[in-house]
Amino acid sequence: MSTIRLRKVTKRFGSLVAVNRADLDVEAGEVLCLLGPSGCGKTTTLRMIAGLEDATEGDILIAEQRVNHLRPSQRDIAMVFQFYALYPVLTVAENLAYPLHYERLAKEEIAKRVKRVAALLELESVLERTPGQLAEGEKQRAAVGRAIIRDPNCFLFDEPLSRLDIEQRQVMRGQIKELLSGLSKATVIVTHDQLEALTMADRIAVMRDGNIEQVASPHRIFTEPTNLFVAGFIGTPRMNLVEAALTETGEGHCRFELGGQRVRLPITRPGLSAGSRITFGVRPRACEFTSEPGDDTISGTVDLVEPMGAETLVHLLHGEQDLRVVVDRTIRLAVGEQAHLRFEPESVHLFDESGRRVEAAA
Amino acid sequence: MRRQIGRAGWGWTGFSAVVSFIYFFPVLWIVLTAFKAHTDALAIPPKWIFTPTLENFVSVFARAYIKGQTAVDTNFDVYFFNSIFIAGSSVLIALIIGTLAAYGFSRYPLKGNNTYLFIILTTRMLPPIVVIIPIFLMFRVSGLSGTYLGVILLYTAFNLPFTIWMMKSFFDELSPEVEDAARLDGSNGYRVFFRVCMPQVKAGLAATAVFGLILTWNEFLFALLLTGVETRTVPVAMAQTIGGDIGVRWGLLAAIETLFLIPVVVVVYVLQNHLLRGVTFGTIRR
Repeated sequence: MSTIRLRKVTKRFGSLVAVNRADLDVEAGEVLCLLGPSGCGKTTTLRMIAGLEDATEGDILIAEQRVNHLRPSQRDIAMVFQFYALYPVLTVAENLAYPLHYERLAKEEIAKRVKRVAALLELESVLERTPGQLAEGEKQRAAVGRAIIRDPNCFLFDEPLSRLDIEQRQVMRGQIKELLSGLSKATVIVTHDQLEALTMADRIAVMRDGNIEQVASPHRIFTEPTNLFVAGFIGTPRMNLVEAALTETGEGHCRFELGGQRVRLPITRPGLSAGSRITFGVRPRACEFTSEPGDDTISGTVDLVEPMGAETLVHLLHGEQDLRVVVDRTIRLAVGEQAHLRFEPESVHLFDESGRRVEAAA
Repeated sequence: MRRQIGRAGWGWTGFSAVVSFIYFFPVLWIVLTAFKAHTDALAIPPKWIFTPTLENFVSVFARAYIKGQTAVDTNFDVYFFNSIFIAGSSVLIALIIGTLAAYGFSRYPLKGNNTYLFIILTTRMLPPIVVIIPIFLMFRVSGLSGTYLGVILLYTAFNLPFTIWMMKSFFDELSPEVEDAARLDGSNGYRVFFRVCMPQVKAGLAATAVFGLILTWNEFLFALLLTGVETRTVPVAMAQTIGGDIGVRWGLLAAIETLFLIPVVVVVYVLQNHLLRGVTFGTIRR
């Protein structure tokens, strides 16, 4: 079975802890995205799986075998690098054939496989060129081709789309996803682009400062972020996170104080008691403007209006706080206007003082 | 990317031609003198039109002295062999050791890597004249004086720092990702070095080899003091030819020099494409 498992894997560079006791399971056929800001340890994690870095502590299992002591060449892994890492002096065909060297195949078999992969990735016309003569997209496809020409245990992708332009990125995203779904291998993709992660992954592992903050499906990561970091990191525009106080918990409702204004919402949080300091989170698309103020609305001044095409991003100044609200483009608001905002109660996220998510049910 | 040929126009082309001619003139003068008879070579004003003769080239290898009657072997064939053998071997050895060392310094840096590299470079900072006496004494004591081994070792030591620094910069330019990819694709360390890295630094090897060869080929001071009769190189032999019964034989000297130039020209010509890439390395990749 093609699986990847990390058990309390730690990597230290001197006194710096790059990866801290990481636990991960990637099942056969599953695509896991390691997502996080630069320097969060995601590439180090990937390189440890590949065997290009040694783990300081912990176990790495590939196909249920502990591989800590194995060299990269013995781990039977295919990897696509950020800068493609094609062999500059070899042609595309030779690049594709290179990993087959150790399988001791007949020449005809190698030629057949190269041809098949080239056809799959539309590389037939550039097989005799060297990487220096290829366009960016072709280099990317050649790198993917070199990875899939063998039948490895698992696939690793390091920022596979970061060098492509937006249009190519969209095309390749689809192509890679399609390709991987046909291979039923455990796959780990490292990216800092959340759109890439949300579209390509079966599950996402969000990392920060060497720690895995949350591992869940793209949907859950988006709807139930486990802490403030994940909440703020996933989603564009960013989730509004406002420091607030819970003033009253009642039957089926809670009252909050947000920047000096009181708001009553029909939600319950058994884990919280009245008087606790919390962070109130709501996504820009989970609120709407109303014409009249009510006990479930807060008021503010329109500070900035940014049309984004189909939608408009409105910045509402609420006390000191800048609240981002995405509305339909048909709704017109003028800068300086007073506006009243209502939140969708089911999309409100509450985080306690330590930054952890407070669940609706205990 | 590629400019149209002739784009620079006649003005610049003409200007470049003039500059090139000024640079090339001494070489041209030597080659012309090599084909002149003794009187033509000394003529003032210089003769541009003369009857060419191969007499000088013949005398390089066998010379009739005024006092003696028969031609005497000058041993210049041996000296040419010595020059080629000594320069070739020392550059080859320096390339092998230096390339391996450079790869080590580039990929597996030591604690205080830069200090080591700096120390290596300092050996090139001393003017040769400063170290010549200790080296001369060391060679005398160790019995290396006048042997091929001694002079080859010395030139290797002289070429090594340069080779290490040059090759290290070429290895530093390579993408480590490519080597990682090769490791994942099943290559061991040797294969990564020989099959993946070396082909990428071919141009660098060529450039380093040419610079080392020219340096060693022209070296005079150490060769003068440390080579023996058997191991004498052409520059030393050339210097000893200057004195003579009938004054300096300019035609003969020019002939030796012309012959001396040929190997360098051939090597540079053969490697010129690599050299160009070696010099522009790193500026056009990625």
